[in-house]
Amino acid sequence: MNIMSEAAVEKALDQKMNTVPYKMIGKDVSVYYGEKRALFDVNLNIRENTVTALIGPSGCGKSTFLRTLNRMNDTIENCRVTGKITLDEDDIYDPTIDVVELRARVGMVFQKPNPFPKSIYDNVAYGPRIHGLARTKSEFDDVVETSLQKAGLWNEVKDRLQEPGTGLSGGQQQRLCIARAVAVSPEVILMDEPCSALDPIATAKVEELIHELRSNFTIVIVTHSMQQAARVSQRTAMFHLGNLVEENDTDKMFTNPDDQRTQDYIMGRFG
Amino acid sequence: MTDIASPAVRISTRPASAKRDIGIKRRYAAERRFRAYGISAISLGLFFLALLLWTVFSNGYTAFQQTTITLPIEFTEKVIDPKGERATDGKVLMTANYPLLVRDALIKQLGIDATKRPLVKQATDMVSASSRTLLRDIVVADPSVIGKTVSVTLLAEANVDSAFKGQIDLAVDQSKRKVKDQQVTWMNEMASAGVLKKSFNTGIFTFGASSRPEAAGVGVAALGSLFMMLIVLVLALPIGVAASIYLEEFAPKNRLTDLIEVNINNLAAVPSIVYGLLGLAVFINFAGMPRSAALVGGLVLTLMTLPTIIIATRAALKAVPPSIRSAALGLGASKMQTIFHHVLPLAMPGILTGTIIGLAHALGETAPLLLIGMVAFVVDYPGSPMEPSTALPVQIYMWANEAERAFVERTSGAIIILLIFLVVMNLGAILLRRRFERRW
Repeated sequence: MNIMSEAAVEKALDQKMNTVPYKMIGKDVSVYYGEKRALFDVNLNIRENTVTALIGPSGCGKSTFLRTLNRMNDTIENCRVTGKITLDEDDIYDPTIDVVELRARVGMVFQKPNPFPKSIYDNVAYGPRIHGLARTKSEFDDVVETSLQKAGLWNEVKDRLQEPGTGLSGGQQQRLCIARAVAVSPEVILMDEPCSALDPIATAKVEELIHELRSNFTIVIVTHSMQQAARVSQRTAMFHLGNLVEENDTDKMFTNPDDQRTQDYIMGRFG
Repeated sequence: MTDIASPAVRISTRPASAKRDIGIKRRYAAERRFRAYGISAISLGLFFLALLLWTVFSNGYTAFQQTTITLPIEFTEKVIDPKGERATDGKVLMTANYPLLVRDALIKQLGIDATKRPLVKQATDMVSASSRTLLRDIVVADPSVIGKTVSVTLLAEANVDSAFKGQIDLAVDQSKRKVKDQQVTWMNEMASAGVLKKSFNTGIFTFGASSRPEAAGVGVAALGSLFMMLIVLVLALPIGVAASIYLEEFAPKNRLTDLIEVNINNLAAVPSIVYGLLGLAVFINFAGMPRSAALVGGLVLTLMTLPTIIIATRAALKAVPPSIRSAALGLGASKMQTIFHHVLPLAMPGILTGTIIGLAHALGETAPLLLIGMVAFVVDYPGSPMEPSTALPVQIYMWANEAERAFVERTSGAIIILLIFLVVMNLGAILLRRRFERRW
């Protein structure tokens, strides 16, 4: 990691968020599960090297929106997406776009830690292996080490890389999943309630990690915890009943939101 | 004072407790009753299992012993090759009168007057007719034995074998039994001389079909069963697993796949004899494959095993947690990579268990084999699955139909061998399961 670029990123973050360029642009995104409509013409843009938090009550469509960003919804039967989502000018729902390649660029971390029932090493090396990012043993060793370091797990597991990933604690497993996602060098990392299955200490570690990852990756995180959104994100988007209610700088969102519903939700009047 | 106070307390609590009385006793009684039903069901099952095993083993363990008679056989050149033609004519050694050698040895051993033909006949009847081929094989393998005297262990005739094992009631008048008093006397004489004795019966494992119980074995049937199991494994496992993966992971969920699913479930319940008819019509009559061949048997059993394997494999694939699929897909693995790198290895224990249960089922199947001509008297080992052979359960069925006393124990013996095969296969399933099982 280069000090200059880090400093530049920090500077950019300190400026008004509006000057940061968009990484992903969602225009009139609607999602249908069979007959049921889950998202109503959502227009939400994701800024580069920024943590964007998606908040809202259960069933509001925030996870659905997150999953449209790397087309994980494709795996659900009867799911239909309309509208347009671009990643660096590429329409990700264009028929010529390969979904495998898209998911290499937009990684994902799930609600429940889901390491493969393989060794820690193999968990991290799997992505680079299928995408051909590493060829030799030493290249694999390198990518495993750097990924685990980025996920803040290296010091805890460096002596037991061949042990099963499922033997780690919940928080370590989740950081292993983050390392696994980081290993394929994605541009965007999607996190679907990554801390909901973790205790407060493990949560704090993951949040710290998200903060560090921001300089290299664009992060979109779905969370149920208002405090977490306030702690980790720079931009926050509030969903309600499948609609995007408001999207704003996190500071403004939690102090002086534009929309009454956001205010009510943050104050705990519903949700 | 307390006498007055305590009724007051009782009165205040009674209505509440009466309201809460919703039959605790009845509930516990119901639970005890149910537990008793369960225990009696299990005990009944165990009782019948024990009865089955006891019957089979008590009838069958003697089949693993065979009475043998060891005689010094003089390979006289005059009997085997009277004209000295063996160097030029290979047939001489094949067609020589070998039983004559046994007769001479018996006359010498028992000290019989060779001119009393009925006595000599009784003596030669004590030795199995399979001695002819036994001695022939010795001479053909090594012609230099001619002219020498070699001690050879011959099989005792089945009735002598039964008598020696105490299975024939000697109190019955000798006209009503197959072993005559004279033979029993000789038998006891030879037994005390150490010539006649019981030894482990390797023949039951190696011999083919024979109408003489002492020379009958399950060798050919076991090889036939082995061929069929290999064919079933090679065909049913890949076809079944491929079909399940397609149905479970790739096929769209619509009317057609629903119909296919219902049909597969129904096929698993189709009586096996129907598969035999199918095999007869398609493989033998239409495709012109040989009758009695392990190939046809294997194909029929493959068809019969496929639904079992498909159902077990689909259940195993369904049981793999979806989070593993999401994890792989989220990393950018293709559907194929997700299935072959992650889902299939996790489903492997279930698939293997299903396959081995299917194989064990196929191993014990008799009905379809009857229809494709595998109920046959096959003496020689099949060299390939195209040649005639029988199967273990069919051999049991055929032996059960035989009249001789000695086939009773051999039928049970063959059942024991089949059961051992099944136990070994199930153990294999358990071991494979343990080996492939992973936690997640």
